Amino acid sequence: MAAKTLTIDGKQITAEEGETILQAATEAGIKIPTLCHLEGVYDIGACRLCLVEVTGTPKLLPACTLKVAEGMEVSTDTERLRKYRRMTLELLFAERNHVCAVCVANGHCELQTLAYSQGMEHVRYEYTFPKWNVDNTHRLFGMDHNRCILCTRCVRVCWHIEGAGTKNVSGRGGKSKIITDLNQEWGDSESCTECGKCVMSCPTGALFQKGSTVGESERDRNKLEFIVNAREKKQWNA
Amino acid sequence: MILNDLIAVKEKELASQKKIVLRCCMAAGCISSDSKGVKEQLEIAVTEAGMQDEVEVRGVGCMKLCCEGPLVAVDPKNELYVKVTAENAPSIIASLKGGKANVEQTDPDAAFFKKQLSIVLANSGIVNPERIESYIAADGYLALHEVLNEMSPKEVVEAMTKSGLRGRGGAGFPTGLKWGTVAKSPGAKKYVICNADEGDPGAFMDRSVLESDPHSVLEGMAIAAYAVGADQGYLYVRAEYPLAIARLHLAIKQAKSLGLLGAGIFDSPFNFNVEIRIGAGAFVCGEETALMMSVEGKRGTPRPRPPFPAESGLFGCPTLLNNVETFANVPAIYRNGAEWFAGIGTEKSKGTKVFALAGKIKNTGLIEVPMGTPLRTIVEEMGGGAPDGGKIKAVQTGGPSGGCIPSQHLDTPVDYESLGKLGSIMGSGGMIVMDEGTRMVDVARFFMEFCMDESCGKCIPCRAGTVQMHNILDKILKRKATGRDLAKLEELCDMVRNTSLCGLGQTAPNPTMSTLRFFRNEYEELLQPDTFGAGATHSQPVTK
Repeated sequence: MAAKTLTIDGKQITAEEGETILQAATEAGIKIPTLCHLEGVYDIGACRLCLVEVTGTPKLLPACTLKVAEGMEVSTDTERLRKYRRMTLELLFAERNHVCAVCVANGHCELQTLAYSQGMEHVRYEYTFPKWNVDNTHRLFGMDHNRCILCTRCVRVCWHIEGAGTKNVSGRGGKSKIITDLNQEWGDSESCTECGKCVMSCPTGALFQKGSTVGESERDRNKLEFIVNAREKKQWNA
Repeated sequence: MILNDLIAVKEKELASQKKIVLRCCMAAGCISSDSKGVKEQLEIAVTEAGMQDEVEVRGVGCMKLCCEGPLVAVDPKNELYVKVTAENAPSIIASLKGGKANVEQTDPDAAFFKKQLSIVLANSGIVNPERIESYIAADGYLALHEVLNEMSPKEVVEAMTKSGLRGRGGAGFPTGLKWGTVAKSPGAKKYVICNADEGDPGAFMDRSVLESDPHSVLEGMAIAAYAVGADQGYLYVRAEYPLAIARLHLAIKQAKSLGLLGAGIFDSPFNFNVEIRIGAGAFVCGEETALMMSVEGKRGTPRPRPPFPAESGLFGCPTLLNNVETFANVPAIYRNGAEWFAGIGTEKSKGTKVFALAGKIKNTGLIEVPMGTPLRTIVEEMGGGAPDGGKIKAVQTGGPSGGCIPSQHLDTPVDYESLGKLGSIMGSGGMIVMDEGTRMVDVARFFMEFCMDESCGKCIPCRAGTVQMHNILDKILKRKATGRDLAKLEELCDMVRNTSLCGLGQTAPNPTMSTLRFFRNEYEELLQPDTFGAGATHSQPVTK
């Protein structure tokens, strides 16, 4: 393995041959925004948030799949890139129904976090308000297509980490959809091992564990009654 | 098979040629207007007239003037009958003995034909695409023999570089450079793929080549495989071309049985097998990386390049991917020499280009012209201008990835650079003519809708950006948009073009951008006044 010397955002760094720009930048403490990237599975360069400028190349290239080369000059944070990143996020928010306030992932959502960090304050494009269903047929997990950004992390994890091959993509364009087996309900899936890796990999609230949704957060008032009864009536029965 | 066997096939075929040949178009266009029935009746009429020994009724490929089909040509009388029906057959046969057939004719020396220069289509409409002997009689497979016996792979690549041929799929990448890269890429296994997933609306050049002269493509692929060191080829054809697929299957079978494909071609150590893969109807599978995914049996979505297919392509092996028309040029280049080819066309764009002429024009059909031919020659002289004396407004080239060239630029020569300068592209060869009745915003919306429907959905800018751009175009057409919407549209065009993963997304804004460039007034006329404030803009990021 030969070492490569390159410049990222004016900072001279070294990287091992075969490393990606994203890996090299992370090592050097330079943060490049990502969304479809997930440590541990292969990269696909789909979300376009990690696009960087490379001197001498007219096209913008994704840092997650671009390999380091000797003498490369990379810019990760130009005004143009910041603008494109904000627009990409706006497009995502307008594409499906991302309503943070009632989302299971509120506060733990990578899409939400990115929108904050990239300065996306509002969406200038028309919301399309598509009608997507929620698959609640699985014993343990749920899939809300309204929150899906089609990053395919769940698909990659399911095929390449768990090896089950349950999750896949069907359809094309904006009508693309994450499916289970041969487009069956998740609860009917024979290949799903219930490992839950897809839920762990999901950057938004599209995949969730049952019981974690806002609608399912019920209060257990009986506990209060129990303690009041115990204090006032000296009754310890539940 | 050795050279003498090939020559023997050729001589036998030429010797059996009859005095009179009736060439009857058997390409998809004419078949759809019953040229099969015409051919049958012609054969019956020949038998009834007792002329079987002197007249051959030959099913051939495209004879180019598609709008006048079914076409029947008579050799050597140099007559071309148009709009022939099955009932016309006896009259045509009777005229062979003298007299005149009571069937409409067109002048085979008209500008539409005379201004053409056929290299790719040289055999189209002349050889029988279902008989390999017919192709061999037209010097077919001679180039492959010469390449295998007289040239080293390196010399083959050098000759290709010298010829100046550029990829006919649309982008115009130098073919010799591509061949050289694959040849130099290390790897024991390499592949050659022919991209026949022609998908631009209004384009039918590749279909015609495959239906009319499938062997020229196979021979071109074999020469390319020898040059780069591949022994396996794939033809990726869209399922919507059943006739092309059937003729390719037949051609592969015939070539194999004569030892022109398979193991030890022309008694050399060179092996080459070709298989057909059928596309399932996704436009994006014409993009090379998506095409290879599809051949591998996976979902047809593109992947980022680099690595380029020349380095890591099909099944991770170095892969040469060229389009149908590119391969169809190859045999002629080696038969006639690279210098001959380089002498045709312009300084940077060599050879000819096949266009499918369609839209608001008198003569629709297939044309092949030298590079550098002015658009005006194609549209006005060859195409005969707009029908019913209308005025031509613009010419669209490059399909959903191209642009609209307005009539004031009709003197532009057709070559890669000149079309690029006007914000359009050469593209694969679709050429749609528009007259004064065409609204350019409609055109932009049509192509945007096409890209929106055909986006694979992998990357966000193309998947969601085309939807938003389409919505804005729709809003403009409904007279509900304002100047701010137009600004948003232009901003999205720039963003989708620069950030999309593959060529589909990167070029999806082109029709909109080019109509905005030349016909901005048509957009502005539809706009409503802004009712409040200046457009919302982003402030700077809160944190980085």
